[in-house]
Parts: sequence; structure tokens; C-alpha cells
Amino acid sequence: MTLYIVRRLLWAVLMLLAVSALTFVIFYTLPSADPAALRAGRQATPELIAQIRHSLGLDRPVYDQFFIYMKNLVLHFNLGYSYQNNISVRAEIASRLPATLSLTAGAVFVWMLIGIPVGVLSAIKPRSLLDRVAMGASLVGISAPVYWLGLVALFLFASDIGRIRLFGGAGSYVSITHDPRAWFSSLILPWFVLAASFAAFYARMVRGNLLEVMGEDYIRTARAKGVSERRVIVRHGLRAALTPVVTIIGLDIGILLGGAVLTETVFNIPGIGRFAYDSIVNSDLPAIQGTVLFGAVFIVVANLIVDILYAFLDPRVRY
Amino acid sequence: MALLEIQDLRVSFQTRDGVVHAVDGVSLAVDRGRTLGLVGESGSGKSVTALTVMGLTKHPNASIDGKILFDGGDLLQISPAELRRIRGKRVAMIFQDPLSSLHPLHKIGWQIEEAINAHEDVSGQVARRRALEALKEVGIPSASDRLDSYPHELSGGMRQRVMIAIALVLDPEILIADEPTTALDVTVQAQILDLIRVLQDERGTGVVLITHDLGVVAETADEVAVMYAGRIAERGPLESVLEAPEHPYTWGLLQSLPRLDAPRTERLHPISGQPPSLIRVPSGCAFHPRCPYAFGICPQVVPPLLVSQPGHEVACHLPVPTRRGIGREVASKEVSVG
Repeated sequence: MTLYIVRRLLWAVLMLLAVSALTFVIFYTLPSADPAALRAGRQATPELIAQIRHSLGLDRPVYDQFFIYMKNLVLHFNLGYSYQNNISVRAEIASRLPATLSLTAGAVFVWMLIGIPVGVLSAIKPRSLLDRVAMGASLVGISAPVYWLGLVALFLFASDIGRIRLFGGAGSYVSITHDPRAWFSSLILPWFVLAASFAAFYARMVRGNLLEVMGEDYIRTARAKGVSERRVIVRHGLRAALTPVVTIIGLDIGILLGGAVLTETVFNIPGIGRFAYDSIVNSDLPAIQGTVLFGAVFIVVANLIVDILYAFLDPRVRY
Repeated sequence: MALLEIQDLRVSFQTRDGVVHAVDGVSLAVDRGRTLGLVGESGSGKSVTALTVMGLTKHPNASIDGKILFDGGDLLQISPAELRRIRGKRVAMIFQDPLSSLHPLHKIGWQIEEAINAHEDVSGQVARRRALEALKEVGIPSASDRLDSYPHELSGGMRQRVMIAIALVLDPEILIADEPTTALDVTVQAQILDLIRVLQDERGTGVVLITHDLGVVAETADEVAVMYAGRIAERGPLESVLEAPEHPYTWGLLQSLPRLDAPRTERLHPISGQPPSLIRVPSGCAFHPRCPYAFGICPQVVPPLLVSQPGHEVACHLPVPTRRGIGREVASKEVSVG
């Protein structure tokens, strides 16, 4: 097991290196605006742009820039400084992490609370009215784009522009240490909007898994033992049906911690996703690089945790 | 009256392709300490019969008719809660594939204890001790370690022993074994059959042994019922059915058994044709399209199950003397009972 984890961690480092290199390559291959020109302002002289380009190190060859970036990252854990405003990318990400964490944690809670019970109830009574309604609604949830759902939610319920002014609207986010009540109110809409598609997806997944498991031979054995139907479903059915769900939850959390770009942008939450969006708009390579790398770290770590956890949940899995 | 008596059981399923007549008027009986061998091809309705006794026909559109009398009460009439109290406690069942029949994510001890806890209010310690005893009784080596094993850590034979331990831990009056040895190695098959027989002798359990293998029946059963297309073709005491079989389908089963003492050049004699569709069961005698002896009346009238010799019933239109003649000839070539 230890050997397995060590091997996985080594692979993770290699993976992150590849991610950084790829981000560099993509940034320089795709036609983006010249960062130096963007920074120089509207009436920039060519000399000014050249000077800025030199000071940012943009006149060096790409591999040189990559090497300097990696050296700073590995030796000083330094993610560089934003082209836009010279702020340390590392500090910026750290300051935005609580917002993303708040958003993710709440959304995960909401979607599990909705998705799993709905999936279970649908599976217990397949083709019932409840099943049909739930699966129909989940199709809507999966299909509705987050930005659209977010705007609709704001239009209906936001305290500033909504028809029914219930919850904090876009840009109302405050940190939990500052004002817990306002924090909660400001995140209710984003939580539900972000959770909607996940809840729908999880409901369908749990339903499908449980339906399949309930047809297994060992469910028949449990019934043949005279175990109550409730116990058959919970201890035998769900025990087997929810194990694969754990994998997906882990990966989804990992992805969201890297920033829920659309939700954070629509609700103007100062999280990592919003930062990533802004940095892409501004061709701010160090910031892009930082957010991509940060997101990749979460995904790689989440993957590892899920795989280790799986060995505990399913005794047949051994590393 | 026998302990378990199935009377004119009919089970059909509504499917998209039509109505499946899985069991079509089956009557069977098994008593304490006796073994009934239920024989037939896949799809002959033997497993559905057994699952119906347990109340485990899982098809949502099943329609069930007839009577299943257990200890005087009709299992088809009692409430689900009452049936649950009988299931596992007084009537237990083991299945064909022990790997898929055991929960892969629970320890073996847990799975046995659960059977105890489902019916008796005992402490965890007592349940565990009884689970351990059950494992020892079915001959599992270092049983106390095995309580904490998972099914995938055991061999096929050991897993089936665990299934037997689960089934017998509450000392049921009836054990239904649905192809208990089909998924196992031949050498292990004999051990499992022996184990069932030994435990049955000790406890006086009535056993319904479902199999497609007449060899297994010859070794274990007291009575035999041969099923074809959801109906009983022939039933009676073991010796009578094997030594004087009177149904052409039974002859076919006997002739298709491979024999070690036959010359290598002799070919096997499979029954020609395919098992019938249970949606469009052939008219008259369901076996007539495959029967080499079929004649005029066979496709028209369903043969009733009639007493031919004491305790031996046959559903066939052939004249009795003809049946007996062919039957003895087939048996003398194929069977050596005892």
C-alpha cells in the first residue's frame, strides 16, 4: 500500500509537470492578446511595450521562460506575479480559496442531500409516478446550463433584482469570519445552482446502480434469509450501490475546488474560478498557469484519495 | 400430509413478447428427512417453482395460482410478514453460484449472523458463536479465522459450504437446493452433496434438490420428479423412475448421460431439438416435437399425469406396455443403481 502511494505521488508530480508544460504551449500557440501590449495601456509606444516585454521576461525563448517558472515553483514554491497588477499569484489564490471552499462544501452537501434520497426512492419504485417525475426533473437539471440557471435564480430570488427578494444576489459574498449570516445568505443561490446538475446526475446514477444491484443474486440470498426488505435495501443494496458513487464524489470535489468558473462568474464570487476567468480574459499567463496548476493538484490528490478509500470500501480491491 | 406440498402450482409472467408459462400445473410433495430430486433442462420451471415457494419470484408481473401448503398453511395466502418469518427460519434455500450469491462487501461471519438476527433476538456474542459453530459444522477449516474472511477469499467449494451454513444455521425443516453443485468442480460436487446428506440425516431436514443432472439425483434423492416445459413429465420413487422410466423425455435424459464404461467409439445421444419456448408452448404434449415416439394424439391433447405403478406417475399418451418395454430397455443399458 505504501509503495503504491509513493508510486502514485511520483506519477502525480510528473503529471503536474506535463500540465504546466501544456498550459505554456497552449498559451503561446493560441492567438491571445499580447500581455505586454495589454499592460502598456491605450497610447503605448512600441518602446514601452518592448520595455514591458523585457521586464516580464517575455522576450526570452519559451523554453527559457518555462524553465525559470518551474525553477521558481520548485525551489521557492513561487507561482510568479500577475502581469496585470504584480500581485503574487500564490497569495491571490490563497486569499480566494475560502470562497471556493465555501461554495464547494455547501454545493456538495446540497446535491448529496437531494441526489441520493431521490435516486434511492426512484430505484425502489421504478416506473412509479415519483420515479418518472424525479427522472424527468433530473433530465432538466442535467441539461440546464449553469450560467442560465444562475441568471434565472438571480432574476427570481436575488435580494436586489429578484421578483421575490429572498437571498443575496450577485456580488454579495462576504467571508464567513466577517459575517456568517450574510455569508450563508449570499451562498444559498450559488449552492443550489451549482448543485442542480450534480444532484440530477447523482440521482440518476444512484438509481441506476441500485436498480442493478437489487437484481443481484446476493440480494436474493438476503431475502431468502428472511431479512426485512428495508434492511435488504440499506445494508445489502445501498452498501454495494453507493461504493462506486464515492469515486465520483471525490473527483467532483477535486474538480470544483479548482474553481467553479461559471457559478463564481455569474454570482461574482471572488473564488479561484473567477480568478481563472479574469486571468484568461486578461491574457495573464502566471495567473492562468497558477489556477490551472492549482486545479490539477486538487484533481490529482482527489484521485489518489478516492483510490485509497476504495480499497477500504471494497475488500476485493488490493494494491 | 407431507410437510411441504405444492398443489397445481401455476406461475406465469407477463412480458413484452407475451405470457411466459413458467410453471403450468405442478404438484409436488416433500416430507421430513426425505429428498426430492427435481430434474429438468434449463427453462423447465424447476427454479421458478422453488423461488415461488420462497416467495422470491421477483418479476413484477407474475401471476401465481395454486397452493403451497407448508405445515398446513398456504404460503401463497399468508401476509408478506408471515412469509418472511418462515423464510430462512423454517424453509431455507441455497443457490447455484455461491460467489454471486454471497454479498461481496460483507464478511462471512456477518452474513451468517444476519440470518440468525433476522429471526432470533440474540446478543452479538451468541450470534457470532453460533455462526462459528455453523462454519465448523459444514467443514470449513480454521473456521474462527474464516468468520472475518470475505467471499472472494474462499474457493468455490468453501463458498458453497458457507451458503449451506447460512441456510442451516437456524435448523430449517425444509432446504431447497437449486443446482447447488453446478458451478463447482466435480470432486467438490461430491463433497457438497455428501455434506447436505450428512446434515440432513442429523437433523431430519426435508430437501428439495433441483438439478439438471440425473447422476446427482441418482446419488441423493428418495423421490424424483422430472419436469418439462413447466409441467411434470414423470415422478415417483428413485428406483422406479431410474430402473423403469416411462416417459420418453426421461429416456432421453438417461441416454444423454456420458458413461465412463462405454466404448470410446460410442457417441452420446443428446435429445434432438431445442427446449420449447415457454411463451408458445407446443400444443398437446409439450415434448411431442422432440419425441421420437410421438403419434396422432400427442400434438392435440395434453397428457394427464396418471398413476402407472404404485407411487409412480407418468404423463404420456403411449400405451403402458409399450412404455414399460422401451423404458426397461433404456434403463438396462444406461442405469446401474446401487
